[in-house]
Amino acid sequence: MPKADLLDPAGKAVANALQRKGHSEVTNVRIGKRIELHYATTPTEADLQAAKQIAADFLSNGVIEDVVNVSVEN
Amino acid sequence: MKIGVVTFPGTLDDRDAQRAVRLAGAEAVSLWHADTNLHEVDAVVLPGGFSFGDYLRCGAIAAQAPVMQSIIDAANGGLPVLGICNGFQVLVESHLLPGGLIRNEHQHFICRDQKLIVENVDTAWTNGFKLGQEITIPLKNGEGGYIADAETLNRLEGEGLIAFRYSELNPNGSVNNIAGLKNKKGNVVGLMPHPEHAVEPGFGPDTPAAMRSGIDGLTFFTSVISQLVNA
Repeated sequence: MPKADLLDPAGKAVANALQRKGHSEVTNVRIGKRIELHYATTPTEADLQAAKQIAADFLSNGVIEDVVNVSVEN
Repeated sequence: MKIGVVTFPGTLDDRDAQRAVRLAGAEAVSLWHADTNLHEVDAVVLPGGFSFGDYLRCGAIAAQAPVMQSIIDAANGGLPVLGICNGFQVLVESHLLPGGLIRNEHQHFICRDQKLIVENVDTAWTNGFKLGQEITIPLKNGEGGYIADAETLNRLEGEGLIAFRYSELNPNGSVNNIAGLKNKKGNVVGLMPHPEHAVEPGFGPDTPAAMRSGIDGLTFFTSVISQLVNA
């Protein structure tokens, strides 16, 4: 997710559109990314740790974004 | 004198950068993203464009390219490296320069002749300017808003690592009007505007003297050549 104190122009554009559509109850919109890593076999604990490292080092930029969750799904 | 210009998939301004290098008086050497060999160049330019489609984040995938591993090592050893626009984003994503670049505050792509103030002349790429000099070079980007956390900003300001600031108008919402940075040694410089588009009379920004006569960008390239000659 973009950091909370950062301007999120895409989220702002969507929030403005929702206001125009009459959804005045929505005060703000923030847009992040979902990135899926697929594995041939069920990921191990080591794979999960490696994925967390990949998320921190490459998939996200800590200046701009926060990694909010890294988890195994089916 | 050989100056390498890197081409990534999606790079646009490599030919213009090569031309700028030649107009400044050096030999331009084409470097390929997948090749770790820097072909014994004396300096490297990371040109503008949309490397790897700007996917993930601008410059993030290019920063992982084989050629960048060689460039990062060489830059840490003192090789002059200039990152222009997308090249600046690659430098930031390579951690050769701090901070990040995000979508322009006004959410639009912007293309204009931009005035800059030269904030630091103690670099390989700016030593031909005068401190505080106002220059005009083209700017064209969608994601040029420079940001950094408060601690980093304090360090940038305190250690004099800001190379250029926007003058008269901040075109993208960059904090502290930052247009470009240098590293501590001064061999690495990155900026959003495009010096390689202001190197030849007839093809540069307008000046009071004549239309399209601005060649302020040429000084980036003559600066590095003169530093290398005098080294």
